[in-house]
Amino acid sequence: MTPKKRATSNPSKARTGIEGFDEITDGGLPRGRTTLLSGGPGSGKTIFALQFLVQGARDFKEPGIFVAFEETLERLTANTRGFDWDLRELERKKKLCFIDAQPMPDLVQSGTFDCSGMLASLGAQINAMGARRIVFDALDIVLELLPDLATRRREIHRLHEWLVANEITALITSKTGGDEGNSLTFMQFMVDCAVTLNHRVEFGVSQRNLRVQKFRGSSFHENESPFVIGQGGFDVAISRILGRVDAAVTNERLTSGVKRLDTMLSGGYYRGACVLITGMPGTAKTTLSGAFAEEACRRGERTMFVGFDSHGTEVIRNLSSVGIRLERFAKSGVLRMVSARTITGSAETLLVRIKSLATAHRARCLVIDPVSTLSRSGNELTAHSVAERLIDWAKAAGVTMVCTSLIDEMNGRTEEPTNLHISTLADTWIHLNYLVQAGERNRGLAIIKSRGMSHSNQVRELILSDAGVTLSDIYTAGGEVLMGTMRWERESAERTAGEVAEVASKLKHVSLDAEEAVLKVRAKSLQTELMAKKIEKSLLVRMTASRKGEVSRGRIRMRELRGADAAKRERE
Amino acid sequence: MKPYAKFKFLLYVAGEAPNSVLAVANLNALCREHLPGRHEIEVVDVFKEPKRALADHIFMTPILIRLAPAPVRRIVGTLSQEEKVLHALGLEPVAA
Repeated sequence: MTPKKRATSNPSKARTGIEGFDEITDGGLPRGRTTLLSGGPGSGKTIFALQFLVQGARDFKEPGIFVAFEETLERLTANTRGFDWDLRELERKKKLCFIDAQPMPDLVQSGTFDCSGMLASLGAQINAMGARRIVFDALDIVLELLPDLATRRREIHRLHEWLVANEITALITSKTGGDEGNSLTFMQFMVDCAVTLNHRVEFGVSQRNLRVQKFRGSSFHENESPFVIGQGGFDVAISRILGRVDAAVTNERLTSGVKRLDTMLSGGYYRGACVLITGMPGTAKTTLSGAFAEEACRRGERTMFVGFDSHGTEVIRNLSSVGIRLERFAKSGVLRMVSARTITGSAETLLVRIKSLATAHRARCLVIDPVSTLSRSGNELTAHSVAERLIDWAKAAGVTMVCTSLIDEMNGRTEEPTNLHISTLADTWIHLNYLVQAGERNRGLAIIKSRGMSHSNQVRELILSDAGVTLSDIYTAGGEVLMGTMRWERESAERTAGEVAEVASKLKHVSLDAEEAVLKVRAKSLQTELMAKKIEKSLLVRMTASRKGEVSRGRIRMRELRGADAAKRERE
Repeated sequence: MKPYAKFKFLLYVAGEAPNSVLAVANLNALCREHLPGRHEIEVVDVFKEPKRALADHIFMTPILIRLAPAPVRRIVGTLSQEEKVLHALGLEPVAA
């Protein structure tokens, strides 16, 4: 994953391989120096320390020694069986060495002693196996045997000097909250890095936190970071720096599973986006997210559906009633249904479970129904950061995520629909609502926001049928929005009115045709009449002209015949 | 307690460290007084034989191991509280 890659480069740090921790400390524990890990009983000190060694030996080619003051190797192996660490195997390959340094129960003490013996033995072991890492687990057990504070300090000092001289990366764990407080404080001052773990219960929910107290010569996150102990060991949650996008941003669109919704979003959701679907109970949030999952599976993309409300098979059955058939995909393995009803524990635990399941499934699309479960009682404080990190993680991994969020009917009117405050982080926010009108409840869908795409401002009616999910226009009449039956009535009335209008227009067409024909005939006869008149007129003109010529010719002839007026003839 | 059993000791020391030097002296004095002629002491320096120390689970020095008579006993420290040491070794003065 990305955080690991980012953390490689620092030569002054020894990577722990613990998810999140290397990022908090900008690379791991101080190399060749000593770190103190303190915490109360059951806070996870031994597991942290073991993981530091196991990952070092397995992944970073740094063999390690585990000095156990409190537990036998048998118990350690048994206690870590739940993790995927093969301690025995690593021990056989001489990459890991366990030294049982428990003070023997029948040990009698007389006078003071020191730890030189231990250091000499360990020195030999370090040289023999080329160890680069060492853990002293529960050093306080030995310190308690020492008679006074001055002696304890002397031995702590001796140990520290020895570690520094050996240039080995050391981790010392120590209990907090006992009467050994003074030597613990002394160690905290002496070491180069101090980390505290705490485990507390808030509202009945267990919350584990890790905090780096000091780290000489390095920057680190100073806040408490929640962590979970999962199958792979520690998983420390850290909020990444906001705005850092690890995954390449794409313009690729994914269908929402509802055609008209895609149109409303001018093409669908963006790949890698986080889509939030809010709504009151029963507004078809699950159905809408199911439609998305079905389409994703149909494209062959591995998809995970995390349902908090009902069992996976129930979800499949319920969705098949609205034409969303997920069963075949669940069978073929493309779809993984996860029923999270049974997962109890903190929001952190849920986050880790979801992340590890999604990673194992290599999911490209993820549905969480509903994400608001994260904030159920006991998790109010952490739920927001968990949701934030869930989204961060999904984005970094390039997973397209659809989350539904339940809105309490009583609080439905508030500006922020979820107390997770994730609506600001979501890229697309679709809100589903009920409209109660004339004895009916109908579902309405609106896009509240959708980053980076033009989207419709229209409210659409969401209709569920056995053919699937469809969106329909709604009618607004006289300032009222019509849905359901009223919309249908309106549509039907409009259809009737349309038919009447069509017939009327046909009728008008026919009558106009008739009038046109009459006029055409009239035009023809008038034209004929005009022709006749024109002929008559030209005939008249010719007649007049010939009569005039005849008259003048007759006059000349007459003059010729008379032969008396020659001068006059010339003028003519 | 068999009064004439032979005592076999193994004393791990850390070189010339003050605690270790003190322990050697204390053990020698104790044996001279309470176990004359029936003791055997082997002193092992962890710096010279670290592997042996490791195998013997020696993490604190000085440490005295009573190998015989059985059972094996371990006494850590400078052995300066004589009564405590004698008690641990089963050598309480009869008069007391």
